[in-house]
Amino acid sequence: MGLVLDKVSRHVGGHAHIENVSLTLERGSLNVLLGPTLSGKTSLMRLMAGLDTPSAGRILVDGVDVTGRHVRERSVAMVYQQFINYPSLSVYENIASPLRVARRPKDEIDRKVREAARLLKLDPYLQRTPQQLSGGQQQRTAIARALVKEAQLVLLDEPLANLDYKLREELREELPKIFAATGAVFVYATTEPAEALLLRGNTATLWEGRLAQFGRTPDVYRRPANLTSARVFSDPPLNTMRVHKRGLQIVLATGEHGPARGVLAELPDDDYTIGFRADHLHLERPHADAVALRGVVAVSEITGSESFVHIDLPRTDGGQFGGGADRWVAVTRGVLEVEPGERIECFIDPRRLFVFGHDGRLAAAPPLVMAA
Amino acid sequence: MARIDLQSLAHSYTPNPKGDDDYALKPMTHVWEQGGAYALLGPSGCGKTTLLNIISGLLTPSEGRVLFDGRDVTALPTEARNIAQVFQFPVVYDTMTVYENLAFPLRNRGLRGAPLDARVREIAALLDLTADLNRRGRNLTADAKQKISLGRGLVRPDVAAILFDEPLTVIDPHLKWELRSKLKALHRALDLTMIYVTHDQTEALTFADTVVVMHDGRVVQMGRPQELFERPAHVFVGHFIGSPGMNVLPAEVSGRAARVGGHLIPLRRGYPALDGGAKIEIGVRPEFATLAPAGAGGVPVRVRRLDDLGRTRIARVELSGLPMAATVPEDLTLAGDEASLLLDPAMVHVYADGTLVEGEAA
Amino acid sequence: MDKPVNQGAWLLVLPVLLIVAFSAILPLMTVVNYSVQDTFGNNQFFWNGIGWYQELLDPSTDLGGRFFDALWRNLLFSLLILLIEVPLGIAVALSMPRHGWRVAATLVVLALPLLIPWNVVGTIWQIFAREDIGLLGWAVNRLGIPYNYTADPLSAWVTIVAMDVWHWTSLVALLCYAGLRSIPDAFYQAARIDGASRWAIFRNIQLPKMHRVLLIAVLLRFMDSFMIYTEPFVVTGGGPGNSTTFVSIDLVKLALGQFDLGKAAALSIVYNLIILAVCWVFYTVMTRMDAQRN
Repeated sequence: MGLVLDKVSRHVGGHAHIENVSLTLERGSLNVLLGPTLSGKTSLMRLMAGLDTPSAGRILVDGVDVTGRHVRERSVAMVYQQFINYPSLSVYENIASPLRVARRPKDEIDRKVREAARLLKLDPYLQRTPQQLSGGQQQRTAIARALVKEAQLVLLDEPLANLDYKLREELREELPKIFAATGAVFVYATTEPAEALLLRGNTATLWEGRLAQFGRTPDVYRRPANLTSARVFSDPPLNTMRVHKRGLQIVLATGEHGPARGVLAELPDDDYTIGFRADHLHLERPHADAVALRGVVAVSEITGSESFVHIDLPRTDGGQFGGGADRWVAVTRGVLEVEPGERIECFIDPRRLFVFGHDGRLAAAPPLVMAA
Repeated sequence: MARIDLQSLAHSYTPNPKGDDDYALKPMTHVWEQGGAYALLGPSGCGKTTLLNIISGLLTPSEGRVLFDGRDVTALPTEARNIAQVFQFPVVYDTMTVYENLAFPLRNRGLRGAPLDARVREIAALLDLTADLNRRGRNLTADAKQKISLGRGLVRPDVAAILFDEPLTVIDPHLKWELRSKLKALHRALDLTMIYVTHDQTEALTFADTVVVMHDGRVVQMGRPQELFERPAHVFVGHFIGSPGMNVLPAEVSGRAARVGGHLIPLRRGYPALDGGAKIEIGVRPEFATLAPAGAGGVPVRVRRLDDLGRTRIARVELSGLPMAATVPEDLTLAGDEASLLLDPAMVHVYADGTLVEGEAA
Repeated sequence: MDKPVNQGAWLLVLPVLLIVAFSAILPLMTVVNYSVQDTFGNNQFFWNGIGWYQELLDPSTDLGGRFFDALWRNLLFSLLILLIEVPLGIAVALSMPRHGWRVAATLVVLALPLLIPWNVVGTIWQIFAREDIGLLGWAVNRLGIPYNYTADPLSAWVTIVAMDVWHWTSLVALLCYAGLRSIPDAFYQAARIDGASRWAIFRNIQLPKMHRVLLIAVLLRFMDSFMIYTEPFVVTGGGPGNSTTFVSIDLVKLALGQFDLGKAAALSIVYNLIILAVCWVFYTVMTRMDAQRN
């Protein structure tokens, strides 16, 4: 079984922090809550932990209703963005603290602390105090303490946000292995799509307190159920554009017309929003079916390995699409030198588009060609 | 306008530094050109913030001089230098409106009336803050606040350099793109020297024309993003830039080939005169190490794991027991864990004791 | 939406309820009971209705006159000490060190007056300000300024105001200091870069950050000074004449000196209601100001 949220809502002073969220998290699974600041990640975790009570809905652990039960009566461990350790205790005592509270026998404490320390590569620092550790080691200590507690539910709220980029990379790689070794339900909140992809497991995309989608991480990434989920799970931001389908013709907001090919071919006539990620906006024609669009370079960013080109596409058909411009991002491998203001031709591949209907739901998507 | 000269600059937080270890910033001499976009990149504790504080005047260096356009400013306080700074956490005067926030540095310098109003509105327009001018600072989102902090620097006509201290730390990923491209556009429009401190390689590489990589109080490499990526001068740069970082493998190098655990890897350059006592390694980025089906030539490897990163797939492989990361082409499907690794000879570099060896061109 | 509520939590509140009931509510009921009766001793009581209240609130009666005189003295005293202690406390907090060992030293020195029992503070000043053997009183007189708090009302007022300032400015300073400490260094650095003057920094960074603690400081100091009893009682005993007789001192005179239990009870109820009302006004004004700023 595991943790079940059944139509859970939380309203505070007329504001909906969480609105009608249903989730089933299995034991032994790693679940990523992905969403921007204030999307409800922390609120949802507080409900799972029992720190807050839902205004509506039920929370079940292994089939037992625990909705009103206090956090003390639940088996929960939590790791926060800030490195929270007991400053006066050694790393050893920090890790041992939940076991001491539970009055476990000495030899068991020693065994578990050393095991967790080995798992998190803290063995050389057991006698130091937290201030003598680097940020990464402090957070490892906090994670080790959460692990030895052997709680049924381990919540990690953006645990790597305060760490250096490279340290994050290292821990991201290790965390799934560490989690896999225990049988708890792991919930991990992050704002970064790349982190969700690296952690694998399941991902729940959140937006304004609502659940946009929940499923296996690669599935959510490659088959967003709706526009919101696709936006939340895209970095650089998702490129979108409104289109009309009229018979075999497709009309883009930029005024371009083209034959409705690829995923658009089978759809009924209507207005749609197309969406695709930066790596599917090409600056060289990928094949004959690709649709060419003209835009203006706004900014280009070169990382050495990749180039990000931000392109403004003016909406020529102001009456139908409501003027303005769409800002798209293209990413290409290698170094591409383009100047802002330069006119540029870019190509979209009609076979690699997500198409969303009026209600934002996915209407068509490319076949899952890549093996996950 | 400012060209920044650092002359034999060094700093130690201890009063009488003995050895190298006592220096938070080891002696360095650099020239940063007027109008350049520089990034100071390195892990925490590498000295990048110390260097930034010395340039801004919040810290007086224990040795050496700082010149702005040839004028010695080493002993001048912050307010006497023509610089502005944007901090990690947005600094906004809560009780003031956005307009008043932007006008504040000008009022402090005695500007009043129509010129002040015109300048404030000009900068607000530049930062897309016009619609928010009458709102109170405290009710704004983190990215708007950060724009105001920046605006208070830009509004001063005398500002020659803007310093950024990890300014995107509290900004959500999708807004980071927006703010970063805004910064880029401003840099192009305004001819200002910008210095950006960060530990995040993406931010540094995308923002800067010149990236200054720091490690342990030293500048280990200074160059264009492409140079840092394609020819890291030090294994640290190779590791720190790139995600995952460069593969570094112990090797025996003779002539135009490297031997790693019994396998020969061809090199583009020749290395006849390597120091016998030095630790010799080869470095190759995952981007230049491509996986191919077993038997496709190259070096045989064992695939341990596949990471789907969305845009790309990275394979964790073992070459004679040594762990490496390699790129998996989009159309490749692997059968079993046997595969072949193709390395671009031009992108395989040789390092002696961690430092790049130039080698002889072909 | 019905949700399970843990009824056991009420048990935790019970001890507090009991203590409050015995220490506050029961005595209060007794006082209310006294305030509507008259007594001539011998434990004999007569119903007097709202008689005492009418007399108390009518300045033309003897009781009412005394009450209003004392009340104005109270308000004047509170106003004076707030006008002195708040700016002085802010000034002290601003000049306190922010880093290093001096922080601890300053905090200890500041906390000292707060640790002294109130009647001891009174005794210290009673001796300190005496014109014959007190250092202060003697020195002031030697400077050619006539000063005698036992005979001259102005001297008496100066003495008790100075004593209160000496005793309680530390509290205001410590609260302000706590507010100042919550300002990140980046704010000061940014202000320097913006070319802000000392006054601009105070006005735009420090004062807004101290705003909340200042409200608490004003509230605490007002309530405390409005209820002041011990120190002036020890120093001046309410004199010379009635010049430093505050409501609380008058109350004790009435109840324990004259055994006018009914009058004293009515006075204490009205006194209590005034304090509650003023606090309520303070509180609502403060919270409303706070809400407006947001």
